[in-house]
Amino acid sequence: MSNIDAHRSPAEPDAPATTPLLEVRNFSLRFRGQSRDVVSGIDLRVSAGEILCIVGESGCGKSVTAMALMGLLPPDAAEIPSGSMVFEQTSYDLTRQVLPARLRGDRMAMIFQEPMTSLNPAFRIGDQIAEAVMQHTDCTKAEAMQRAGDMLEQVGIPAPRQRLREYPHQLSGGMRQRVMIAMALVNDPALLIADEPTTALDVTIQAQILDLIRDLQARRNMGTVMITHDLGVVAELATTVAVMYGGQIVERGPVSQVFDDPQHPYTIGLMSSVPKLTGPRTRLTTVPGTVPSIADMPQGCRFQSRCPFATQDCNTVPAMRDMGADHEVACHYAPLDSNISVVA
Amino acid sequence: MTATADPITAKAPENRVWKKFRTHRSAMLGGVLVVFFIAIALLAPILPIPDPAATDWGAVRKAPSFAHPFGTDEIGRDVLSRMIWGAQASLLAGVVSVGIAVLAGVPLGIVAGYFGGWTDAVISRCTEALLAAPFLILAIALAAFLGPSLTNAMIAIGISATPLFVRLTRGQVINIKSEDYVDSARAIGLPTHRILSRYIFPNVLPPILVQATLTIATAIIAEASLSFLGLGQQPPAPSWGSMLNTAKNFLNQAPWMAMWPGISIFLVVLGFNLLGDGLRDALDPREH
Repeated sequence: MSNIDAHRSPAEPDAPATTPLLEVRNFSLRFRGQSRDVVSGIDLRVSAGEILCIVGESGCGKSVTAMALMGLLPPDAAEIPSGSMVFEQTSYDLTRQVLPARLRGDRMAMIFQEPMTSLNPAFRIGDQIAEAVMQHTDCTKAEAMQRAGDMLEQVGIPAPRQRLREYPHQLSGGMRQRVMIAMALVNDPALLIADEPTTALDVTIQAQILDLIRDLQARRNMGTVMITHDLGVVAELATTVAVMYGGQIVERGPVSQVFDDPQHPYTIGLMSSVPKLTGPRTRLTTVPGTVPSIADMPQGCRFQSRCPFATQDCNTVPAMRDMGADHEVACHYAPLDSNISVVA
Repeated sequence: MTATADPITAKAPENRVWKKFRTHRSAMLGGVLVVFFIAIALLAPILPIPDPAATDWGAVRKAPSFAHPFGTDEIGRDVLSRMIWGAQASLLAGVVSVGIAVLAGVPLGIVAGYFGGWTDAVISRCTEALLAAPFLILAIALAAFLGPSLTNAMIAIGISATPLFVRLTRGQVINIKSEDYVDSARAIGLPTHRILSRYIFPNVLPPILVQATLTIATAIIAEASLSFLGLGQQPPAPSWGSMLNTAKNFLNQAPWMAMWPGISIFLVVLGFNLLGDGLRDALDPREH
């Protein structure tokens, strides 16, 4: 899973521009009682049938972004100073922190990191999936159960009709994640947000779940935002990738572009810190230092405290630079190979 | 991709809890005591016992005998019969007052815990104010205010016990609302009232059940105390508390008049406490 091999051909970069399914502009987020933004002015764009992977280390703001897009952040814990979202041609002002509940679980759905704790232990799984159906469709309990059973079958659960009557604790982690996926997809959403859906699972089950997500996503032509810290998952799944660091998107582009020709010093560091199966055996490189806490984030480029190339110029916020072929980088020195003579 | 690799692991929860409860000796003893008292209370009308209010001037304060196994009281009423009918008052008071406390306290606790903020502040301050007064003193004050009767005693005890349930529920809800399944319920678009009733309430229920069982014991003592003070069950209707009150005047001449109600209160309270402890152990998720 961890060998990086961006072999899958991404969507043609020069394909005709379509209206994206989801477009997020200038989204910032801050926890109440803190003065600095946890997520600072990010833009996201996902089209139908596209898998956007947001990759970054713990605490970079990827999960809170996902929660905010679903409208799941408690308003007493977080505020959104700026940000708007266009989803299926309708605009939403994210700063008001009230997204219509009818969107959730119907047009957009989410799967979570922890399948072991994401199902209500007090109810049978069939009832839980049926509840999602009945919330958004005018149908009887029996029809909803029927659809729940069909959905369990689609996510590869054997003997789905019997499983409907089981409680979450009777299922293994992999099974529960399949149930979560079934619950998310039962209303045929246009957008799926997956927050590290495989992190809590063991490696063989991870591969199965990723296959399943890719399969269902392709069949339904769903737009997907996948949050992960695992570059293996990105290589496996992504059409496009957005690299987040310290609450900002530092690099974005088609997965092959970003993996073959990373431009941001942080992305370069990430790529070289993954062990490879082929090539000469060398010591793994690491990105020096750790992510500063939000309060200590440097002004300007947030990566400068760990960047081998940082200069005075990095005290100003770098704008996104177009590297061609939809590949964008937030670095003053991009493209690095022509602007910096010695690349470490 | 074979999903059959995922095995079925645990058994249904009901079985697990019941199995644990069954092997818990003191809990079973508590259960037997409780069931016994409930049975005699329910069967009182059909048991072959004398009318609990029938006086017999020829048999005043008679010691236990074949005709009156538990003896007779100061106006010749059969103590056994009054004990059995008194069990009705005690258990009814225990169950009804705790029912009042649960019905009032749990929703308030859920609202306070889930919504937080001002709602929580108001509910919690009122709860703390009630908790500041000792349970029995508060019940006596309320019963005196409402006027002496079994119904009013139950209401008074219920109100006094409400803050216990508000506080317990609130704490549980604060725990449960940060569970992932509450987020996932919101992610499928469920409205708040569905989340409260389907996701929060069932998962805060086990500790409430334990607390309710233990509080029934407290409520039975409270009812006996109120009746002893003349604020509960009114004569001539039998109640263990009022029987003790009368019996205290004849402790030397007719000790059986005080002994039986005392033992019964002791046993039924012990029963509910053992049952509650057993339920707590059986429902404890840490020991699964």
